Amino acid sequence: MSAVFTMGIDVGSTASKCIIMKDGQEIVSKALISSGAGTSGPDRAIRDVLEGSGFQREDMGYILATGYGRHSIDWVDAEMSELSCHAQGAFHLFPEVHTVIDIGGQDAKVLRVGKGGMMESFVMNDKCAAGTGRFLEVMARILEVDIGQLAELSEKSTQKVDISSTCTVFAESEVISQLSQNTDICDIINGIHRSVAGRVSGLARRVGVTPMVVMTGGVAQNSGVRHALEDELQVDIHTSELAQYAGALGAALFAFRKAKKRNG
Amino acid sequence: MSEVNSGKKAREMLQDVVAQVYQNAWDAKERGEPVGWSSSKFPAEIAETLGLAVCYPENQAAAISAKKGGQRLCEEAESMGFANDICGYARISLAYAAGVEAEEKPMPQPDFLLCCNNICNCMTKWYENIARMHNIPLIMMDVPYNNEVDVSEDTVKYMRAQFYDAVAQLEKISGRKWDEKRFEEVSKNANRTAQAWLKACSYCQYEPSPLSGFDLFNHMADVVTARCKPETAEAFEALAAEYEESVKNGTSTWKYEENYRIMFEGIPCWPVLRTLFTPLKDKGINTVAVVYAPAFGFVYNGVDELMKAYCKAPNSVCIETGVDWREGICRENKVDGVLVHYNRSCKPWSGYMPEMERRFRKDLGVPVVGFDGDQADPRNFSEAQYVTRVEGLYELMEANKGKRG
Repeated sequence: MSAVFTMGIDVGSTASKCIIMKDGQEIVSKALISSGAGTSGPDRAIRDVLEGSGFQREDMGYILATGYGRHSIDWVDAEMSELSCHAQGAFHLFPEVHTVIDIGGQDAKVLRVGKGGMMESFVMNDKCAAGTGRFLEVMARILEVDIGQLAELSEKSTQKVDISSTCTVFAESEVISQLSQNTDICDIINGIHRSVAGRVSGLARRVGVTPMVVMTGGVAQNSGVRHALEDELQVDIHTSELAQYAGALGAALFAFRKAKKRNG
Repeated sequence: MSEVNSGKKAREMLQDVVAQVYQNAWDAKERGEPVGWSSSKFPAEIAETLGLAVCYPENQAAAISAKKGGQRLCEEAESMGFANDICGYARISLAYAAGVEAEEKPMPQPDFLLCCNNICNCMTKWYENIARMHNIPLIMMDVPYNNEVDVSEDTVKYMRAQFYDAVAQLEKISGRKWDEKRFEEVSKNANRTAQAWLKACSYCQYEPSPLSGFDLFNHMADVVTARCKPETAEAFEALAAEYEESVKNGTSTWKYEENYRIMFEGIPCWPVLRTLFTPLKDKGINTVAVVYAPAFGFVYNGVDELMKAYCKAPNSVCIETGVDWREGICRENKVDGVLVHYNRSCKPWSGYMPEMERRFRKDLGVPVVGFDGDQADPRNFSEAQYVTRVEGLYELMEANKGKRG
């Protein structure tokens, strides 16, 4: 029986991720473009993932889109919410997972995961950017540091600085005020991470935090936020180099199931 | 499924009833008679018995919001100094009372106010402000805090005294005498309307349902503004008869697949009603339960039972009664999930929902998903967030169905 290749596309608000899998097990190719919905990002990610695999779109047994911009691609076989896809992707990476914390560009969600990686319940952030990747981007810009440096700098923090977790705009003013008082930038960044953690842990407690806890989404790469969440929730939080691909991975896995169902 | 054409007749009758309520108010104003503004669950029997014309700010605010005027009036109220996190209906009403025009749903300015805090506590301050603006009497009925299923005799006594005090004040305002016989007749009409409303709502029990539950949101206007009128009872009886016919014919006002059935919890986001509806119809999710059915479908015998009934509004009953109302209709109407509107305008409603959510999951074993929104202010709603949550609910219901095989 010939292998089935499936593609998962995760069109986020700030990044586009694509994964091609073989038989729902092996990742054949992956691509990530740091531009999301409404940009050329999704097309470029799809082009890159196909180039990386040597396949054409027609070679795919099933293509499934997820993420904030999932509705913008009209030629896919199916769409699913990023909620189920992150649950499934996290389960593939960590089969013992029961709780997923996904912090993306403009939303944060916490999922309770059951048998087979199926989502059992979820909560998401309200209409506010606090506690999301966008919040960190805004803060990095004010601090004139690269977003990739935030984790490393926060590790050097020695003093506790409180930054509001209720509003990005007010938090921005607080950071400016701290800078004008010559507060150590590392302490400010640490405060920003704890601010995000405070907001997201509130969501997590609403769903219930059952180990193993896995963090997915772009912000998972920031160990400062992850450690702040561990402190806040008093639980180990696991992540993977593929954390940002979890949605696309889940989409490719669901695509494989659907392909099998379609092919009988 | 084919569309129900016969449904149009009852819908038109119901629309006419509400239109007549507002026309009566304009006519009364023109004749120089006093016109009242009333909260939605103030005993309507009093004004009806005395023949006083009354308008309903909550109904007006919903209509203005549905016609996209909500944000404009909310912003007008904010420029008057009212905070943007108080109730959207209150902001719209305060702006209108202050003279901001609303072509979307005009109504005459008030000469007296009828306020009952059973529907919410913000109502008291909202109406006090209007009373000061217009320097007019505010007739208040205070429903005591209730953390028990039954309404105590002390509460009934307290409510009854307020009821007759309101009667006395309104006799003075109207220059008319209270007529017990007329009151009995009005009560009979109200009971007939309640029974017909409950009967119409009960057709949601059929699978597939002969109606889209969103229809009930629109018909609420009649229950709120015209419960005591015989034509309202007749219109709801006609609606129930049409649903009966639809069941026989296998037709429905819901023109899509009925893959799943849900309870929609809370007041809808009127400014974005279509946006609320679209992902539901796309996924074949019909709303077959709304709490307004039991909350406004009350039948009583005499003043004491009437007082007990007015103690029971969604935001004034204890959590056990609130859970019973909802779980009752969820079971009867066989829902697969619950979609909860965390309404930025309604703090009490949003305040008790986390515990109710927990109860629904535990007692009903169905997924419950919440979204943030607002009944009147579109600035508090995000379409993308809403769509993702509805899809999440759909995927949870799919998974549940998969488990059941």
